[in-house]
Amino acid sequence: MELWFTEKHSPNVNFTIKVDRHLHSVESEHQRIDIFESPEFGRFLVIDGFMMLTEKDEFIYHEMITHVPMAVHPNVRNVLVIGAGDGGVIRELTRYEAIEHIDLVEIDPVVVEVSKEFLPQTACRFDDPRLIIHYEDGVKFVRGKKNFYDLIIVDSTDPIGPGEGLFTKEFYGSCYKALKDDGIMVNQHESPYYEYNALAMKRAHKRIVESFPISKVYQVHIPTYPSGHWLFGFASKKYHPVHDLRAEQWNQLQLKTKYYNTRLHVGSFALPNYVEDQLKNVE
Amino acid sequence: MSKHKLDQTRAPIYEALQEFKKQRVVPFDVPGHKRGRGNPELTAFLGEQCLTVDVNSMKPLDSLVHPVSVIREAEEIAADAFGAHHAFFMVGGTTSSVQSMILYACQQGDKIILPRNVHRSAINALVLCGATPVYVNPDINHQLGIALGMSVSQVEEAIRLNPDAKAILVNNPTYYGICSDLRSIVKLAHEYNMLVLVDEAHGTHFSFGRNLPISGMAAGADMAAVSMHKSGGSLTQSSFLLTGKSVNPDYMRQIINLTQTTSASYLLLSSLDISRRNLALRGGEVFDHVANLAQYARNEVNQLEGYYAYSDELINSDSIFDFDRTKLSIYTLDTGLAGIEVYDLLRDEYDIQIEFGDIGNILAYISVGDRKLDVERLVSALSEIQRRFGREKSGLLTQEYVVPIVAVAPQTAFYAEKEQLPLEETIGRICSEFVMAYPPGIPVLAPGEKITQEVIRYIQYAKEKGCSMIGPEDLAVERLNVLKY
Repeated sequence: MELWFTEKHSPNVNFTIKVDRHLHSVESEHQRIDIFESPEFGRFLVIDGFMMLTEKDEFIYHEMITHVPMAVHPNVRNVLVIGAGDGGVIRELTRYEAIEHIDLVEIDPVVVEVSKEFLPQTACRFDDPRLIIHYEDGVKFVRGKKNFYDLIIVDSTDPIGPGEGLFTKEFYGSCYKALKDDGIMVNQHESPYYEYNALAMKRAHKRIVESFPISKVYQVHIPTYPSGHWLFGFASKKYHPVHDLRAEQWNQLQLKTKYYNTRLHVGSFALPNYVEDQLKNVE
Repeated sequence: MSKHKLDQTRAPIYEALQEFKKQRVVPFDVPGHKRGRGNPELTAFLGEQCLTVDVNSMKPLDSLVHPVSVIREAEEIAADAFGAHHAFFMVGGTTSSVQSMILYACQQGDKIILPRNVHRSAINALVLCGATPVYVNPDINHQLGIALGMSVSQVEEAIRLNPDAKAILVNNPTYYGICSDLRSIVKLAHEYNMLVLVDEAHGTHFSFGRNLPISGMAAGADMAAVSMHKSGGSLTQSSFLLTGKSVNPDYMRQIINLTQTTSASYLLLSSLDISRRNLALRGGEVFDHVANLAQYARNEVNQLEGYYAYSDELINSDSIFDFDRTKLSIYTLDTGLAGIEVYDLLRDEYDIQIEFGDIGNILAYISVGDRKLDVERLVSALSEIQRRFGREKSGLLTQEYVVPIVAVAPQTAFYAEKEQLPLEETIGRICSEFVMAYPPGIPVLAPGEKITQEVIRYIQYAKEKGCSMIGPEDLAVERLNVLKY
């Protein structure tokens, strides 16, 4: 018997990995959620047919969406995380003792339930006393906040389905309003390679540029995402992601990481020319 | 237990088309695209399914001009669904339904009582048939700057002053969702032997939803023009004309055939048939969902600074006898922005298209197709517009309604000898054409009306704020046609 999971990375490209077992499948109010076990990537989470994370490579995504802003902002106390029902971002954030309060806004409680049951590697810090989970639409939650957060992390799915609203100008504008005067927003920024992802990337960048005075993009390498080349957005009211990097202070924290380091931090903001061109075209 | 007499699970036109497809009839008739084969680009764009049923009337599919089989059956079932004596499938939009009502009720020189906030299609019908309008000035909510329904006392006065009028037309509801006391108006009008015509372009759902205002047919009106394609979900341009017992359906058919096409589209007809079936079977739940979504949106919008999403709290048991809770009408002037400015910002800045914006309000159309996450986007975008573009309220015009002065009948004015003058020079003259903001398509000036300083000021202000003004021959609306002395 052979089981293979296939996801379309483009209309003409399939990404297929061998599966041992299909552990769980559930249809929530918002989406279909599946968990598979694979020999190459361990357990992996699939939402509406798209691979969200695997046990083997999730560290890249979660370290890079969290430690980059944390190494820039000198004093993060209040954090808002949108999406992230798998718990990976929370795991990284709760390593910082200085953080006082985390609001996690996940639209789908089933994602959290499934992650707690099947993905203990990421869903391991949901009991942190600083964390409050809100099951509601992030677009709605952030609309009601003003001048409160130091950091907002937008850990969204692709811009089709329940995550659609997290790629809109009204959402980015609401985040701007919800942040303090020196706040930072980091977001999942799609990929520059395949046309579908690149279109979403450009639209997101255009809208963020229109909403924040500082808007930069940095790259990571994620083996299981389309093309493997993935981007995050760094939008900020005051701090520049490279010039204001506090490498020494961050290194003094002595957090052990598998992907992130402060040299890579600087390097990740240096983008290939074809990516820079795409971004410039919408700025 | 069903309130219907006929089997509402049937959809005779749709069923006949399905059957027809199976027959694989060789077409040596029109349309010339022959099931799409002759126009591959169009077929690729619209889909083969669509093109194979774009066919002409023929024996198995009946004919809208003279229905004897499946269309007749579909009309009977539709009439049953709406509680009407007769239902006509219409393919020229609700405009043609409204016009047919008026052409049925009025002839040259007859009077018809209308609220001034009628759709242009009603006044167009007066140009065609030569009847004279007697306007009932609607009540105005001065805070919101919107025209309301007609109060019964004003209708009574109009009837007493014009006992020879043939008919009275009522909006049920207005574009903003406001209903007059239709039952009382019907009673009053019938005492004077006047027909009651209901423009139900924005009230299709009244016949199917729960806790919604009364429908024209239920209130005992003689005719109703129902935009099935708005809240009913059928294809654009399809509509129902409903009639009561007092209306002769065979004469009405002749009236409709004066202006309606002899090549009615089966895409439109089947969409009416399928949508009627859906509403008859599931309308209750569908419109509960819509009303709940609209109410949720109102609650959220009313937590934002500068906006007021109004609803049934406006009800005053007279000119706002009832309110359509599925409508999301929002007053914007406290943000310092005109409705039309918010309308433009939503589209240009946030990729959100709403139904219309006027001087003081916007209307977002909520329907069965909406998702909560889209409502969240709309509310957030309104919040952002207030934050980014909001300003002091000063200097905004609030008064929207301009009392018309009818000098000559619309038909006389429309066909009279005229001259074109710059806006400012037309004051005191009689206009021979329409001027209106579109949407909503309610005339500021209609043929035969006297042009006042107030009207010109309103037109100029609306243009300045970015309203799309239409109607006159001069597309830029810098000059107007007026009657020669």
